[in-house]
Amino acid sequence: MLKVNNALIASHDVSLKIGGRLILDNVNLAVRPGEIVTIIGPNGAGKSTLVKVLLSLVSMTSGKVEMKPDLRVGYVPQRFPVVPNVPLDVRRLMTLTLQANNEDILAALMETGVGHLMQARVADLSGGELQRVLLARALLRKPELLVLDEPVQAVDFHGEMKLYELISAIRKSRGCGILMVSHDLHMVMAESDHVICLNGHVCCEGGPTAVQKDPEFAKLFGPTAARMIAAYTHHHDHDHESHGHHEHHHGHDHKHGHS
Amino acid sequence: MMLDILAEPFFQRALLAGLAVALVAGPIGCFIVWRRMAYFGETLAHAGLLGAGLGLLFNVNIAVGAVVVAMILALVLIALKRQQQLAVDTILGILSHTALALGIVVIGLVTGAVTGHLDILFGDVLTVSTRDVWTIWGVAALSMLVLAVLWRNMIAISVHEDLARAEGINVQRAELLFTLLIAFVTAISMKIVGLLLITALTVIPAAAARRMVTTPEGMALASIVLAAIAVVAGLMMSAIWGTVAGPSIVLSAGLLFILTLPLGRRS
Repeated sequence: MLKVNNALIASHDVSLKIGGRLILDNVNLAVRPGEIVTIIGPNGAGKSTLVKVLLSLVSMTSGKVEMKPDLRVGYVPQRFPVVPNVPLDVRRLMTLTLQANNEDILAALMETGVGHLMQARVADLSGGELQRVLLARALLRKPELLVLDEPVQAVDFHGEMKLYELISAIRKSRGCGILMVSHDLHMVMAESDHVICLNGHVCCEGGPTAVQKDPEFAKLFGPTAARMIAAYTHHHDHDHESHGHHEHHHGHDHKHGHS
Repeated sequence: MMLDILAEPFFQRALLAGLAVALVAGPIGCFIVWRRMAYFGETLAHAGLLGAGLGLLFNVNIAVGAVVVAMILALVLIALKRQQQLAVDTILGILSHTALALGIVVIGLVTGAVTGHLDILFGDVLTVSTRDVWTIWGVAALSMLVLAVLWRNMIAISVHEDLARAEGINVQRAELLFTLLIAFVTAISMKIVGLLLITALTVIPAAAARRMVTTPEGMALASIVLAAIAVVAGLMMSAIWGTVAGPSIVLSAGLLFILTLPLGRRS
């Protein structure tokens, strides 16, 4: 039985020491179905490492990670070479570790707005397109838990906003739990159910509004950042009214694509 | 006639042995290029030299000695990769050249003069026996079989190791088997291009093929064809001008790389 009620994945006092340096210090977290949990923190705070520990890619020094039995996880890693060494098209990238028919692959790509890229070479994708393909790739596994490590890297500001909207839409349509890592404070706040500020240990956590007001948060990111986020959250709420329109827009948004 | 040489049994044996090596070196070279393992391959080849030296010392088949020592070194490397004190290429630099130096010293001590065993370093393909050809083809066939089993997983690992592992692929097992393949190639190419040049025969055709293809399988196939052309061209060169065969094969591969440079331009 999972100690945390109904959780897809939960960590209990996870610590990791490398060469005498404490990278992770008694980290507790849990992700439930339909919930977006966001880990924020400065560079070197151990965010990606924590994700890797949760996925058993890195072994921990002490603590425990519990997972729902046979949990289907879709993972989008932080560092993905934009120009990969291996010559691949998108279709092949989607099916590296699983078999899938063309309809399912296309459906997953359409869901992230890149259905037209199925035959494209991975090396030709832009940063934003690659992130969407990787997201589609994770969705193809029909995940109960999506783990997204810096999903908006190498994406411009406008694309960033759209990606966060897409992630939020996926949560609503699929009802999967989402664990997201970000160093960028502005966007993540509005859509997250639970925010964890990490700096080796969990500095503070809670709902987005509560976290912004936490003195620990101000200590970690400075008071200016805290005020900026508050402003952004406000703006983003307004923007939300036109959400449906935005989504519709995705399908026609690829004039910049490929020949 | 120049082509009379093709009728010579020693030349036919050399061709057959060389083509077997090309067949395996092509796809393995692809993984070495994809995974940026050229220096790793080089280190295993140098370990092979030490293995050959120990083979001479203990009167064991030198190819078997090469495989065994290369595998031991690979295991040491995998263990050392886990520590965080030294960068991997520094460790490779230390082990690679220590193994090379020790190998040459051992061969010198056993045989009295290293110069009598330059064939281990540079190959001696024109003297392969019928038995050598059979052995080389046997190991090549076995390697292709292992490669076929590993293929899909190794591609996933080459694209993104953590992602492959997170999606349930046994990375460690695949890497160990692949290391064994490199050791096999090292052993069978010892007679063909020699231990100092084997990395070239894996890396150069794959690097040239990279620009011409759009799929991993296409790249493997193109690498095999290019490596085979290099083998044939190198052997012809050696037969016609009397150049040393092993280095001539590698030189042909290098020339092919340069000649195929314009093919890479895509619109």
